[in-house]
Amino acid sequence: MYESISAIIEDEKKTSLPFWKLIQRDDCIERDVSEEESFESMKKMYLTMKDCVKNYDPTLHSNSSLVGGEAVLLRKYIESGKLLSGDFIGQVMEKALMVAESNACMRRIVAAPTAGSCGVVPAVFISLQEKLQISDEEMTKALYVAAGVGGVIAIKASLSGAEGGCQAEIGSASSMAAAGMCYLLGGNSDQIANAAALALKNLLGLACDPVAGLVEIPCVKRNVCGAVNAVTSAELTMAGISSKIPADEVFEAMHNISRTMSDTIKETATGGLATTPTGKEIAARLSRS
Amino acid sequence: MNIFDIVGPVMVGPSSSHTAGAVKIGNTCYKLMGEKIVNADIFLHGSFLKTGAGHGTDRAIVAGLMGFLVDDMRISESFELANSYGLKFTINGADLGNVHPNSVKLLLTGISGRKLEIIAASIGGGRIRICEIDGIAVNFSGESPTLIVHNLDQPGHVKEVAGILEQKAVNVATMQLYRKSRGGEAVMVLECDQEIPIDAIRSLEKIEGIINVTYLSHK
Repeated sequence: MYESISAIIEDEKKTSLPFWKLIQRDDCIERDVSEEESFESMKKMYLTMKDCVKNYDPTLHSNSSLVGGEAVLLRKYIESGKLLSGDFIGQVMEKALMVAESNACMRRIVAAPTAGSCGVVPAVFISLQEKLQISDEEMTKALYVAAGVGGVIAIKASLSGAEGGCQAEIGSASSMAAAGMCYLLGGNSDQIANAAALALKNLLGLACDPVAGLVEIPCVKRNVCGAVNAVTSAELTMAGISSKIPADEVFEAMHNISRTMSDTIKETATGGLATTPTGKEIAARLSRS
Repeated sequence: MNIFDIVGPVMVGPSSSHTAGAVKIGNTCYKLMGEKIVNADIFLHGSFLKTGAGHGTDRAIVAGLMGFLVDDMRISESFELANSYGLKFTINGADLGNVHPNSVKLLLTGISGRKLEIIAASIGGGRIRICEIDGIAVNFSGESPTLIVHNLDQPGHVKEVAGILEQKAVNVATMQLYRKSRGGEAVMVLECDQEIPIDAIRSLEKIEGIINVTYLSHK
């Protein structure tokens, strides 16, 4: 996998291959597969994301009963015509909830990059596909772009909440989704990198502080935050607004922050929201039941 | 690690590190044992210990030890299924020292009486690392066919192992050497691009100075 965004952009200049194709080429070498095999595998990931949204069960609740039915409430609100943020953002929010809720309810999802952050990329991608009538093939190429960005983050920093806090999960997912969206809007590689940088910058330092240690509170709603942040980062980029700190340096900054973060906010449920009076009360109630 | 560890795996929730990674650790131990596991003492460390129950980490590891994969919808029922499968297990907490926060130690017995002691970590996004085998530090992912050779620290064993792999046209992707002490027990870990034929593994076991051979197959 590529170790930096700048290495991808350099290769693009050398080979004239587009960003997504370089990531695919790298996969073909790494796993010793043909371009077709690689493409089919990536397409399957995208189709599985769509299945998860399609098969969303509004009646499901998680084992703890802390999560379930949020997407239904939002749908009702959208249909009431009151949503100020507009149709597209409404779609993004709703899909992020659907997928993240499904994960908490032990349904089948695609980790992107993790299960806790699995709602971000599908929410942005599927909403865009519906809005702009994009083919599954083009969506698959965008997923390569997202995966390429995530791969660099994995190498430069981490994708694990236990190691890097929530910035490493929702932050990375948002960065990947922003990059993919930017590609789908016709952005070039510099713009893809810019969108990835802008998105992650907004989420640097985010604590992983799940109540009772479950991937439920605040994870499900943070998927909404990560998805909406990806959309605004891609749109800022397309408007010509640049991140003054390059993507690679933002990823490195995330790594530095990870190292100085307290263990209490690295998925241990010993700090942040998990140790608020209400967080502790919920944890105590669950351990009794 | 490849891009399908970044977008992927397709898995049952709720946590890639605490659920899918835990299944993978169990499943990799199952492959390393190379036979049915009948007894497992599981020691959860750090975040695995603190939040494991809520994520089903314990159930996920047990599911993996029976050979289940990460998208198997039966993961949440693994404790009940272990009974009919014939796997006895205990779940414990432990402080394993300065290791990854999502680490677990497993003391395993196979159906033939074979023992295996593993320390492994779930390092994010469902990816794992095997950190220790039978008390010797190692470092591999279990994603490729992997040969682990315990031998006496003497000249020539690396050449013997490499020679047998060459005969079978198996390409070595990575190779690591570890030893407890000079002239003492040593371990070679070879991650390979192709599967190693079983007869090649049997012939390695017969070489003087080679204590035992463990092979992780993906077949």
